[in-house]
Amino acid sequence: MSITVKNVSLPRGKSWIDNTYVIPVFKGLMLTFRHLFKRKDVLRYPEEKKVLPPNYRGLHMLTRDDQGREKCVACEMCSTACPADCIRIVAGDGGWEDSREKHPVEFEIDELRCIFCGMCVEACPEDAIDMTDMHNLADYTREDFIYNKERLLGVYDEYIKRHPDHAKRRDGVFKKMMNSSYFTVSDVEKAKHGTGH
Amino acid sequence: MSVDHPEVIPEVTVSSTEELKRKLNLPRKGYKIGEDDEESIEAWQKHDTMTLNFGPQHPATHGTLRMLLNLSGETVVKLDPRPGYLHTGFEKLAEYHTFNQFIAVTDRMNYLSPLANNVGFACAAEKLLGITIPPRAQYIRMIQAELSRIADHLVSIGTHALDLGAFTVFLYGFRQREFIYDLFEISTGSRLTTSYTRIGGVMRDFPEGHVEQLAGFCKQFMMVFDQIEGLLNHNKIFHDRTQGIGKIGAEEAINYGMTGPSIRACGVPYDLRKDEPYLAYDQVDFDIPVGTEGDVFERYLVRMEEMKQSVRIIEQCLAQMPKGPVKVDDHTVALPDKSKVYGSIEGLIHHFKLIMDHHGIDMPAGEIYHATEAPNGELGWYIVSDGNGVPYKVHIRAPSFIHFAMMPRLCQGGLIGDGVAVLGSLNVIAGECDR
Repeated sequence: MSITVKNVSLPRGKSWIDNTYVIPVFKGLMLTFRHLFKRKDVLRYPEEKKVLPPNYRGLHMLTRDDQGREKCVACEMCSTACPADCIRIVAGDGGWEDSREKHPVEFEIDELRCIFCGMCVEACPEDAIDMTDMHNLADYTREDFIYNKERLLGVYDEYIKRHPDHAKRRDGVFKKMMNSSYFTVSDVEKAKHGTGH
Repeated sequence: MSVDHPEVIPEVTVSSTEELKRKLNLPRKGYKIGEDDEESIEAWQKHDTMTLNFGPQHPATHGTLRMLLNLSGETVVKLDPRPGYLHTGFEKLAEYHTFNQFIAVTDRMNYLSPLANNVGFACAAEKLLGITIPPRAQYIRMIQAELSRIADHLVSIGTHALDLGAFTVFLYGFRQREFIYDLFEISTGSRLTTSYTRIGGVMRDFPEGHVEQLAGFCKQFMMVFDQIEGLLNHNKIFHDRTQGIGKIGAEEAINYGMTGPSIRACGVPYDLRKDEPYLAYDQVDFDIPVGTEGDVFERYLVRMEEMKQSVRIIEQCLAQMPKGPVKVDDHTVALPDKSKVYGSIEGLIHHFKLIMDHHGIDMPAGEIYHATEAPNGELGWYIVSDGNGVPYKVHIRAPSFIHFAMMPRLCQGGLIGDGVAVLGSLNVIAGECDR
């Protein structure tokens, strides 16, 4: 590909139309006026909520296996991969009655330290830690933001109630979302109007 | 009233501006000292001047930037940029993070175009490793980098016009930026802190239907582009505030180390995407926009044209993008697919080997400099590796830092209001400037 240079300078001598300032102002006002009749871009939060993509990186959850126990095997991959160093795990012996050799006795994520990069999810070899679409975290003290194992499992219960097809969503079922709130090509053509200036 | 120490803000002894003007015997209102009129600047400095702190908390500085101004009336006699108010130690942080972990830190540098930083650092690390990423990953990175360039320029032009009194452009621009951030949210999972690239590829492929969404964005963007152009290109107030302000010649700009849209406005067709093509930029067609005057108005025009060219690049990328993997097929660099990790013992071992402490990517010892064309200019990454999993040192050539150092040259002799226009046109980002 050859290098093509394009000069974008505009002629500097102002035309009398620009100098009067009446016609440019009128044109600008026309443009603003036309926006009155266009589709509103405002979302009335909290009554209306935005549809978030399935791979949104929000609050963490610890997933459960088919017996209702946490899937986590306390391998500490997530806490190693974490750039913010916000995961603390204390591993424990599974014991005779448990089929697993290792499981987390304590599992804490400091959500204030977390930068929501998703590297823990990437690092997990057991699909035990995952991220939800919950993002409006609010609490009263700093200690409240340290999520322990029970709370993180609770997040999973809450999330799976809303999205029972969680595993399928992760596999890339994006079509439903495309037809909902996000713009598509046909949507754009519907909203087409004359250009400004 | 003389000021020996620049940090000391002296008391103003004159009661009004009129009195100050009379005292200084100013020739006439709006008088500007010429570029080579050094003598008169010195003569004025001997007179009483007022020291003014512009920032760090000022709406027109777009971040915690601080400038010390010596004013004579409204004329800037001396300008002293003081960076460092947003110093976050990113370069030091790099020495404690693995190469992949540091990508999450690069998001926070230029917070108007985080993906451009992600792409830049990943490209530099791959150059050190000596690997080439699959073509699909290259095209994905190009699309994301160009989208973030559009987002950056929209904010830059919007806030620039906002400072000069044109509010509408800011709102229309932000609406478009919101679209881009929605697209980022779909592809990366986050709006601002994208952390999308990985050494050896990208985090994940585009989801199903994302290519159509991107095409839809490109189609409607040109419409809004025309609106922004229509509002500003023939606006007399905008002309008066920008034309002939912050002028700099090509030679001097090169000597200062100016890059990006600002140097192209001086007429230098310097664009790393063409001069040192990285990714697949040599396989797409686009023009380098240049100006002739090198003033604030030309920088705006160059930025506008660049957005147009970025849309062109995205459209070509969407058409040319091949199918295939988005990570290198090398278990020593990129994490294996999750299906391999869950299903095979080799996959699990490779996965553990890459993440465990004192393992990770086998980065060779050596040093490398790689620069990418970020929205503001040449964003360079100088990485020194001693063969451990973490960089020994990372230095970042941030265009904002160099542009901020040029503020005295561009603003001295003008009015305070012109300083705001110049700062807006250079688009100095505090996070990148102070690192």
